[in-house]
Amino acid sequence: MGEHIVSRKIYFAIFAALVVLTVVTWSVAKIDLGRMNAVVALTIAVIKATLVVLYFMHIRYSSRLTWVFVGAGFFWLAIMIALTLGDYMTRGWLTIAQ
Amino acid sequence: MANTHVATSVGLAHHFDDIEQQREAGTLGMWAFLVTEVMFFGGLFLAYILYRSRYPVEFAVASNSLNVTMGFINTLVLICSSLTMALGVYFSQVGNRSLLILFLILTMILGLTFLVIKGVEYNEKYVEHHIPVRFQTYQFKWEPRVSEAGGAREESWRAVDTGHVEMFFWLYFAMTGVHALHMIIGLGILTTLVLMARRGRFTPQYHSPVELSGLYWHFVDIVWIFLFPLLYLIGAHLH
Repeated sequence: MGEHIVSRKIYFAIFAALVVLTVVTWSVAKIDLGRMNAVVALTIAVIKATLVVLYFMHIRYSSRLTWVFVGAGFFWLAIMIALTLGDYMTRGWLTIAQ
Repeated sequence: MANTHVATSVGLAHHFDDIEQQREAGTLGMWAFLVTEVMFFGGLFLAYILYRSRYPVEFAVASNSLNVTMGFINTLVLICSSLTMALGVYFSQVGNRSLLILFLILTMILGLTFLVIKGVEYNEKYVEHHIPVRFQTYQFKWEPRVSEAGGAREESWRAVDTGHVEMFFWLYFAMTGVHALHMIIGLGILTTLVLMARRGRFTPQYHSPVELSGLYWHFVDIVWIFLFPLLYLIGAHLH
């Protein structure tokens, strides 16, 4: 079948969401939340990146095989970060950022 | 069989059965490349995570000296450029050549705007001696900006290790530098697309170059979506 054409309405809605989330992440960063600052900032960044991948990059409408490629990429990134941090932290080399 | 396909589908390479299979293969190939990009930037992000966890105070203090307003404006500029790129892809799908060219050029203008603002920021860093090099004529220097109010936290700012602050700037320039390099490459790709579009190379059936270049452009946007909070905002609460 032909490719899925995402409507302009969806593009504008995603754009608006990205702008709002950018303003939110900047506003929240000015408040001292201790460790939660990093958690909030990364959560918002992950939501923004997911919106871009799903809609601007059309993954939501892509084949299962494309999903596997994308998922594998981010899964390997997660392995690299998680195992490295696991190693550093069990050696007591890191204090988690305040 | 194959000859009839070639005759009916402009832009179909002979080793694909039909235009649909060709498009699917192109998308997968582009994502395979983008996964290598994820790992490339992932290494830098991992270095950032490790050093920031080790030197949290120095990283927050150094981040606090960056120009957050310019970083914020650049984030909005890049999000706008992702919208114009997505609309460019849309107009290539529906076969509107003049609007495709218009939105490709708008994307280029926004990309250039980003690079100009980045250049102004880099110049600020240069003037402040925050570029992490040690030449005879130019050396990294760090003088903490301490507010007049004083207090225990401000006292701890004075005690930060200059080398650890320098490590933040090393990561700042490495990460924003390779990101900016990707933007420059993206501008070259967009220029090629504009030239191809002017020659009428894209149709509603065949516009894979636009679609795949869009994937690249959006990926570069995603990298910045993470760079902005990690580099600019981690010291924003220190005022």
